[in-house]
Amino acid sequence: MLSKRIIACLDVRGGAVVKGVNFEGLRRAGDPAELAERYNAEGIDELVILDVTATIEGRRALEATIREVSQRLFIPLAVGGGIRAEADAAAAIEAGADKVSLNTAALSEPALVTRLAERYGSQAVVVAVDAKEAGDRFEVFARSGKVPAGRDAVEWAVEAEARGAGEILLTSIDRDGTRSGFDCRLTSAVSSAVSIPVIASGGAGSFDHFFEVFTDGKADAALAASIFHYSEHAVADLKRFLNDRGVPVRV
Amino acid sequence: MNRIALIDYRAGNLTSVRKGFAAVGAALFTPTSPAELEHCSGIVVPGVGHFGATKAMDDGWRTAIANAVGAGTPLLGICLGLQWLFEASDEASALAGFGVLRGRCFKLPPPEKVPHVGWNSLDIVRPSRLLEGVPQGTQVYFTHSYAAPVTGDAVASTTHGATFAAAVERDRICGVQFHPEKSGEAGLRILRNFVAMTRHAVQTHHRVS
Repeated sequence: MLSKRIIACLDVRGGAVVKGVNFEGLRRAGDPAELAERYNAEGIDELVILDVTATIEGRRALEATIREVSQRLFIPLAVGGGIRAEADAAAAIEAGADKVSLNTAALSEPALVTRLAERYGSQAVVVAVDAKEAGDRFEVFARSGKVPAGRDAVEWAVEAEARGAGEILLTSIDRDGTRSGFDCRLTSAVSSAVSIPVIASGGAGSFDHFFEVFTDGKADAALAASIFHYSEHAVADLKRFLNDRGVPVRV
Repeated sequence: MNRIALIDYRAGNLTSVRKGFAAVGAALFTPTSPAELEHCSGIVVPGVGHFGATKAMDDGWRTAIANAVGAGTPLLGICLGLQWLFEASDEASALAGFGVLRGRCFKLPPPEKVPHVGWNSLDIVRPSRLLEGVPQGTQVYFTHSYAAPVTGDAVASTTHGATFAAAVERDRICGVQFHPEKSGEAGLRILRNFVAMTRHAVQTHHRVS
């Protein structure tokens, strides 16, 4: 049976891992390659490196980080943040990323999703959707959650799939960094509407939250950062917890 | 000398495959013409994406690969590379596969989500050189929508909507539907097993000549 994936996110700025609350107030959490290796030893299924403050200097540091991480780890590695054009995606993939995650660029230029899918295959193209609750629907935001994109999250995810995205990385802006649980309503709505895998993100604070998002939330994968950063053995313990409750995971 | 050729037919990125082999001590070379396959010790056919992309391996390449395989050179197809070993695929029905294995690739059926992305378990159906030392039930990383049928050539199967060939081996022709270069330690073990086959093949050649 296909396992539910546990993905660790490394929010990187200038070559170091940082973590913010509600996309603000970044603080340092460690060396990316060192953390990646620790997660791998604990049994993480996949890694995402997010360049949270993508700048020109930041991007060079990011490529060095991708190179370092991908030389030592043999699990899927996705990279996001600051990928605005085909050349940025190519640079990340050449550095060793298996997938690139597009957010703002996909919204402003949806054809980029198709071009990258044609060049590298859909499996290499993740469309990241940052969404905020707006009454009974969810609104998409661009530019690290700052600018409303004027799109409905479910509708945009369906379009992204049609344009060639291989996965949706779905982040609840309301829950990001709050440790109050994933937004299961958002995740379930998107996951039910698309046939590609949906990675739930934002709000992981306890093992129960993962159980909820894999069951009620219908997520195919769940991503977290701080829950793994600050406690040892969290990945292995989480997998044991899920396995004991009948959620298929790689142990 | 151990010279393993990586066929680059422009179907996706080969960085990860190269890194995986480098991690088990094998540097791959990328031949620019079929003639360069003459003195190789092994051939890797990678590939992601649409079956139609395999069209780039034209008659020249197919003949060179067939000659090498006929002379006992080990061949490993990865993902789309495994599907290409079969006769055809529903994904591009007009196009012939390499056809060294019997059967036709098919689309994974609903209700499961397709593409099949993530870690799934291997049901090892018989002993093989490729999967030597890989325990029953080991999980490996998949990302694909089409798959090859389980025939006598399958050494492991996996189920997602349907049961398909996860790994095949016949003589020195091998294939994996999953990505060994992305499957952690188990994946590296499989790459190491293939590299060992290419070393053995080189020794055999020496004895013959």
